Amino acid sequence: MVALLLTMPMWILVSFVFEPTNENWQHLTETLLSEYIINSLWLMLGVTFGTLLLGVPTAWLISQYQFFGKGFLHWALLLPLAVPAYIIAYTYTGLLEFEGPVQSYLRGVFSTQTVNAWFPEVRSLGGAIVMFSLVLYPYVYLLSRAAFSNHSQQALEASKILGAGPVRRFFKIALPMARPAIIAGLTLALMETLADFGTVQYFGVPTFTTGIYRTWTGFGDTTTTVHLSLILLAFVLVLMLVEFWSRKQAKYFATNTSGHAKSRFIQLKSWQSITAFIFCLLPILFGFLLPALQLLYWAITTAQSEFNAEFIQLIWNSFFLASVTSVVVLVLAVFLVYAKRIQNHASTNYAVKIATLGYAIPGTVIAIAVMIPLGWLDNTLDTLMRDWFGISTGLLLSGTLFALVFAYSFRFLSVALQTVDSGLNQVKPSMDESARTLGASRFNILKNIHLPLIQTSLLTAFILVFVEVLKELPTTLILRPFNFNTLSVRAYEMAADERLADAGLPALLIVLTSMIPIIILSKLIGRNHA
Amino acid sequence: MLKLQINAIKSVYDDTAIINDLSLSLENGEIGCLLGPSGCGKTTLLRCVAGLQELAGGEILLSEQTLSTADYTQPTEQRNIGMVFQDYALFPHMTIQQNIQFGIPNLSRSQKKQRVQELLELVSLPNTEKRYPHELSGGQQQRIALARALAPKPDILLMDEPFSGLDVELRESLAREVRCILKAEGITALMVTHNQNEAFAIADSIGVMHSGKLLQWDSPYNLYHEPKHPFIADFIGQGSLISGSVCDCHAVHTELGLLKTHLPFGVQTGEHVSVLVRPDDILHDDDSDWELEVVNRAFRGSHFLFTLKLPNGEKVMCMSQSHHDHKVGSKIGIKLEMDHAVVFQSQKTVCLLE
Repeated sequence: MVALLLTMPMWILVSFVFEPTNENWQHLTETLLSEYIINSLWLMLGVTFGTLLLGVPTAWLISQYQFFGKGFLHWALLLPLAVPAYIIAYTYTGLLEFEGPVQSYLRGVFSTQTVNAWFPEVRSLGGAIVMFSLVLYPYVYLLSRAAFSNHSQQALEASKILGAGPVRRFFKIALPMARPAIIAGLTLALMETLADFGTVQYFGVPTFTTGIYRTWTGFGDTTTTVHLSLILLAFVLVLMLVEFWSRKQAKYFATNTSGHAKSRFIQLKSWQSITAFIFCLLPILFGFLLPALQLLYWAITTAQSEFNAEFIQLIWNSFFLASVTSVVVLVLAVFLVYAKRIQNHASTNYAVKIATLGYAIPGTVIAIAVMIPLGWLDNTLDTLMRDWFGISTGLLLSGTLFALVFAYSFRFLSVALQTVDSGLNQVKPSMDESARTLGASRFNILKNIHLPLIQTSLLTAFILVFVEVLKELPTTLILRPFNFNTLSVRAYEMAADERLADAGLPALLIVLTSMIPIIILSKLIGRNHA
Repeated sequence: MLKLQINAIKSVYDDTAIINDLSLSLENGEIGCLLGPSGCGKTTLLRCVAGLQELAGGEILLSEQTLSTADYTQPTEQRNIGMVFQDYALFPHMTIQQNIQFGIPNLSRSQKKQRVQELLELVSLPNTEKRYPHELSGGQQQRIALARALAPKPDILLMDEPFSGLDVELRESLAREVRCILKAEGITALMVTHNQNEAFAIADSIGVMHSGKLLQWDSPYNLYHEPKHPFIADFIGQGSLISGSVCDCHAVHTELGLLKTHLPFGVQTGEHVSVLVRPDDILHDDDSDWELEVVNRAFRGSHFLFTLKLPNGEKVMCMSQSHHDHKVGSKIGIKLEMDHAVVFQSQKTVCLLE
């Protein structure tokens, strides 16, 4: 039931498939639609190339070799995940635009004409591809590293004994065996690319998300917006199917790693070691360090004027919203996980599966999907109240935080579900049974056995959702109540007003907060490995 | 001719010695087996031979070529060895054909095909070349792993617990089958296992390892009948140790009477020693006047294994035919059938118990 209620907006969206189109749609298909599709395809192609290039070789180096600085790189390679794409886009625009430090310096060295002629425009399709690749490659890195170090270790040793050198080992054994995992990581990166709004909006690369936003806020045309959303959803669906398929494949490639799974790393010689270090450092440098430093610089220079009561209100808004959402999501997740545990029906499992779909769906689409039914409910309620009591309730649901929390809950439920579920999986059913034979009540079991065992995963889920909410831009932008601002919206508005430096402070705060779960999670992964 | 020579090797992991001063050698075509409990360092030894692990001391030679020393480790891929892994490590994304021919990339297509056919015949799995590993049973995967290891005609075949993933009933029969294949091909092989039945079924020579040391390297017969260390006496077969004192260089006095023996070096007359008594040294005989009390009994199907109490409280085991059913507490007649007793110095036994 809960799952169905949560996903209801999606069903309403889908019901629009048969709604007749109007002249806006006609106009759109004639002019912009093909541009949206082509841009999206180029983005996906470019990001595929970029994330593979950054993610796979680094994962291979880290999983197979021992070299200088590896302990640091191992988790630092995940840091770019803390930088939302739209924020990295702002920083590089600041660095590389005409008045930026890089171009100014180059103009000093070469002639102005040469620099103008040769320097690429950051705010372009190519620029967007680079931005996405820099912050999304960790998905590919994380999953392929796991595949390289778990699945193929034994097979790699076997191939070594059969006389295969490093190149043949990589291409014939490691890569094919890790392929499903790499593809799974890639689809995650591509889903994020499709869901992005801030970057493409700022770079002026029209795609579905910007189109949806434009038709919704500009024309207020529900039907056309929904149709656009549905096409975007079709793209996402394909990616989800690919991901689903590759995870199944990955399971089937996973050999049981009993016995000698302890991987032994190959020690690299001094210059090789330095090369590997530099190679792995590059993505961190460009995907995290440089943008973070730029943000820090902006934040410091603008702190005097920007850090005021209004900004504190901004922090309070963001953190309050994120906390409330996290609690709601956590309660829902615990409820669903226990429902699944207690009554292991096909229908319950199915409901839980559906509830996790939200993560794949772009924030823009979710916002629209939530807006439509809530707006309708509000109107109905308002009319009813006016008819009966003569009071106008106004926008009770759609214009308040309720809509936001509802949308977030749907989008981020899967994050919490997976974490809580894996936490509860540690509690074997036999533990419940043995506790009950020892005379413990259900409440007692929950308090004394389950809670201590799953509290870490509850905390992890809380932090993960918290950070996701903090970063989320389009949903907040569309659904926020009037005059309600958050850090992400503030950064967006400042950047849109060409006040990049003023975007620095809120952006830096987002990035810093987002680092927390990455550090915690890499510690957790590290502990599981040991 | 000596094929494999391992001279006084030492291997260290995280500052603890996994293997300490271990030496052994294999003749051309000999099948050796290292037997020992888990954690004794036997798998590490195989990995040293394979070059997957570096040495901290000593040397390993194959066909009189140096493979590893403390300063030098020839890369694994250049060693021309074959290895069968505990979980086979077949490549899941390749067919059986591709798996087997992986180690022979330089042959022509038709030569490869022919070699694969030969090997599949050899392991009695013809016509499986187009299938994938997961379509085969555990025992079949294990034979494919063997075929793959043999494809490049390795100088030596290493096997790491190759049968441990299989059903108990299958293990011994497959071990015997593998022995036949290896003997037919004249392949030198070194296997590790913790299962003595597998070791007996496959090996010409067996070494028992304990805490990184090789205690004895000998024929299966000698390991059972003349163990050189109380640990081996305990690990291989069943038996119990009873106390005794040395009478002279040919006999030792125990509760079972005067037993003939070959005394180990350094044992003095009159010294207290431990004497190994196997269940098949004591036979049940209803006509015998020599009676001992049954304190425990175990039915083994084909026979009974009785635990008997000696007058001084020490216990020995006795095997009898399975229709001789005696209750615990009753007394049964026995007679000795002992060629000569195996004697250990008492300190050695104490060391082991610690």
